[in-house]
Amino acid sequence: MSPVRIKDNWREQRMFVRRIWFVTALMVVAAIAVFARLYYLQVVRQHYYEILSVANGVRTVPIPAARGLIVDRDGEIMASNRPTFELELTPDEVPDLRGSLQRLAKLGLLHGNDIPELIRAIKSHLSFDPVPIRLQLSESEVARFAVRRYEFPGVNISPQQSRWYPLKNLGVFAIGYVGPISASELAHISQAAYAGTALIGKSGVEAQYEKVLHGTNGYRQVLVNALGREVRRPGVLARQLHEKPPVPGDDVILSLNLKIQRLAEKLLKGHDGAVVALNPWNGNVIALASSPTFNPNLFARGISEKQYLALVNNPGMPLFDRALRSQLPIGSTIKPAIALGAMTDGVLDPKKRIFAGSDWHLPGSDHMFHNYKHEVCGRIGLNMAIIMSCDVYFYHVAYKMGIERIGTWLPNFGFGRPTGIDIPGEQSGLVPTPAWMAKHYPHGYGWYPGDTVILGIGQGDFMATPLQLAHYTGILATRGLSFQPRLVTGLRNPLTHKIHWKRPVLNGNLTMISRTSWKVVIKAMHGVTTNPRGTAYWDMINATYPIAAKTGTAQLTREQANGDYNLKETPVKLRDDSWFIAFAPLQKPRIAIAVLVEHAGAGALAAGPIAMKILNAYLLGPKGKLLPATPRARYSMPRGIGPRIDARVDPTLTPMERAAEP
Amino acid sequence: MMRQTIATGSSARRTLSGAARVLLALKLDGPLTVGLALTAAYGLLILFSASGGDIRMLIGTVLRLGLGVVVMLALARLSPNLLRRASPWLYGVGILLLLAVAAVGHVHLGAKRWLDLGPVEFQPSELIKIAVPMMCAWYLHERALPPRWRDLAALAVIILAPVALVAKEPDLGTAALIAAAGAVVIFLSGLRARVVIALLLLAVVAFALGLRFMHGYQRARLLTFLNPQAHPLSSGYHIIQSQIAVGSGGMFGKGWMAGSQARLDFLPERTTDFIFAVVGEEFGLLGLAVLLLLYTFVIGRALYLAMQCPDTFSRLLGGALAVTFFIYVFINAGMVTGLVPVVGVPLPLVSYGGSSIVTELSGFGILMSLFSHRKLMG
Repeated sequence: MSPVRIKDNWREQRMFVRRIWFVTALMVVAAIAVFARLYYLQVVRQHYYEILSVANGVRTVPIPAARGLIVDRDGEIMASNRPTFELELTPDEVPDLRGSLQRLAKLGLLHGNDIPELIRAIKSHLSFDPVPIRLQLSESEVARFAVRRYEFPGVNISPQQSRWYPLKNLGVFAIGYVGPISASELAHISQAAYAGTALIGKSGVEAQYEKVLHGTNGYRQVLVNALGREVRRPGVLARQLHEKPPVPGDDVILSLNLKIQRLAEKLLKGHDGAVVALNPWNGNVIALASSPTFNPNLFARGISEKQYLALVNNPGMPLFDRALRSQLPIGSTIKPAIALGAMTDGVLDPKKRIFAGSDWHLPGSDHMFHNYKHEVCGRIGLNMAIIMSCDVYFYHVAYKMGIERIGTWLPNFGFGRPTGIDIPGEQSGLVPTPAWMAKHYPHGYGWYPGDTVILGIGQGDFMATPLQLAHYTGILATRGLSFQPRLVTGLRNPLTHKIHWKRPVLNGNLTMISRTSWKVVIKAMHGVTTNPRGTAYWDMINATYPIAAKTGTAQLTREQANGDYNLKETPVKLRDDSWFIAFAPLQKPRIAIAVLVEHAGAGALAAGPIAMKILNAYLLGPKGKLLPATPRARYSMPRGIGPRIDARVDPTLTPMERAAEP
Repeated sequence: MMRQTIATGSSARRTLSGAARVLLALKLDGPLTVGLALTAAYGLLILFSASGGDIRMLIGTVLRLGLGVVVMLALARLSPNLLRRASPWLYGVGILLLLAVAAVGHVHLGAKRWLDLGPVEFQPSELIKIAVPMMCAWYLHERALPPRWRDLAALAVIILAPVALVAKEPDLGTAALIAAAGAVVIFLSGLRARVVIALLLLAVVAFALGLRFMHGYQRARLLTFLNPQAHPLSSGYHIIQSQIAVGSGGMFGKGWMAGSQARLDFLPERTTDFIFAVVGEEFGLLGLAVLLLLYTFVIGRALYLAMQCPDTFSRLLGGALAVTFFIYVFINAGMVTGLVPVVGVPLPLVSYGGSSIVTELSGFGILMSLFSHRKLMG
């Protein structure tokens, strides 16, 4: 069909050359495209890809800052940092995983039952990343492992920084504790600032001064390969790596006197109660104790669920800070405040004697109010009314004052509102008023005159915390100065060693109260300890210096208000709360104290002796003589804050732990 | 001596130096040999860095180069007539080997591409890369050009039989390159423009249909090429990381052995398919320009040699070998820089491993044979 074609080599060659040129043109176009692309990548977008390439290979490893120390006023360390030891396993380097774990279990370092769970956990990690397989090794466990270490390739002991409270339970409600950062806390902190930080302050000074104590974390850049494994010898690539050292947190200096704190906790042992002692001239808290207590180290090192439940379910509520949060009626300790208010408002003449029998009739009603244990006080003035703690006398005073005046006066003494202490969690107590009653019991009977009457003896709906009571005692001691209670007196920069002292905060001065009124009330409070009819006479009979005090016995049920019940036959939960307030020495007080012992009966019975011992310990020298008043009583200057803190390491560390310090 | 040379040789030989005389005796082309040597040397320099200073890898490559040079020398000495006559046999052996792979091939990385020959593993697809253009050139040698439809049908069978076998391995990249080598022969044989266009359209349709029968990963590669950021850690990883490597190199590069993308393993396949990115990262645009100029020189010289060939077989085969070499370079550079989809094509003479270096040098050996024996041909 088709014509026979003759092969024409010359024509074919010419065509071939044309085709080659055509192909060459195509190739040139393609080459230009490649070159343009390279120019775009390497010149136009070079900076962009440079950043991506650095981001690829450089990982920033945070270096946590050393948390600031917490020391008492003498520089004794209450909170420090200490390495804990973990057993870490690097899966890559372990030839026989199950066998190694079983041998560790045989050494007593693991529980045999945990092995399957551990293997699952290890398998879920990157094979070259160390996995912690056992936390909080004890010293003997570390030693036991150390001598057999050669048997366990790929298993290492790794030191971790942890918080350490060397004094354990002592002062736990003041310093608080740290624990692992929770999800809700994570929302409130800067995640960048906390990268590398495992623990955060949960309560007390640890929480309030979290920012100061935490410091500023640093970082170190390391070179990682595509698998995320650190490149140990980066060579020329190291030049792109930066490092920023961490700045340690400031040390916090507390006003606490550990000698007194220790004694207070010892005296409270076995009771549910609280002690708050402070310097009335600056609000410095000398001791802040609540009983029972707990060991904050449990939280800092990871508390087990079992341990936590044991604390939570303990009927004594050891986690509950009674000093700041226990809101209770305070009984007769309120009487000095009522008397001062009534005198200032002119409704009470201290010299005028009235007859106080065993009961008091509310005028215009058949309501009867009893004296404590139906005692008959007799014809007495204010002085004896306070000395004897005569309820009938104060029913009368409160009735004459009326709720309006009482409701105005009690906040002047710090009741019904927070004292402003520099740790979180404080409760404000309650000063009941008709307005409060209407709001909280809208379907009740409203405010009765009887409510006013029992307020005069610190009963009814009135509530205050031990801290508020100590603060109030401080106002009495200084004749009207209301210093904000505080635990932290100074911050110390660990690098420059400079201490920034905080000035005390004066919140008020009750200048409207006349000198005469103060004199009458304080003389009466002195009489409480010196007059044989005084409620604290037998508690203070051995005192070598003048003391002003007031007892309180808070009834918890209406039946008890009669006072005619047998202490031993009443269930513990229903027994009276025992309160005691005191300040000393009388004319130039150095310490104001409030003591609460729950369900222990009359104030003089349980709380009084505790207060007496604390006052003696604080005020008396080794030979039982009153110590001279020193300027330190006002602005305490830590003495022992020298080299012990400079080490920034707990002095109780064993040499091995010290060696593990960074 | 000189006089004798003048008496026996052409006037051009008078200026030959000693080295050139050796090359001539070996039937090698001087400029092409120098170009190849420089490219291979540059490649060794890069490979040393890309491998992180792995001496064994370097030695392995030098040994492969040595083997390639031996094969090249041997092929250059053969006469083009012999090569032409051997073409159908070579093609036949290649097809048989591909069938053998399909039957008893060694599975590696999920693909059946290798024949286990005792100590060495052999990829028959490398042989077929050269055998297909040889076969096509052989087929067209006796026939009047441009080819007719009947010829085209025969060529289609010649090309598509091995392509189908290789694609089945599966090695879609190599299959496409084999097809391209055959197609280049047909194009150079002077196929009419309108037929070329028609065939291109046909190829597009075939590709669209082929997309439906692709393996999941093959389709993923193509889709990833269109939008690499969609899967930065899986299928898009290669493209993103290689572009970061190239781009961060800038104009002058980060320095030899100092490319963080390559040293820290972020760049995948950095000694093989993506070694181009190592050049870009460590030597910058300048280093890449040097490499591309070397390639340009090699390809240009190869095309020149092809154009000098006197007979159809030599011309078509020589031209196809040169153009195929270009395609390899272009696909590899394009893939690394994100111009074309990721297909497993090594960078000629530079990438580590496999039998590709031997294949490439074999191709140049054939080309030199075709050129240096041109006077002996009709």
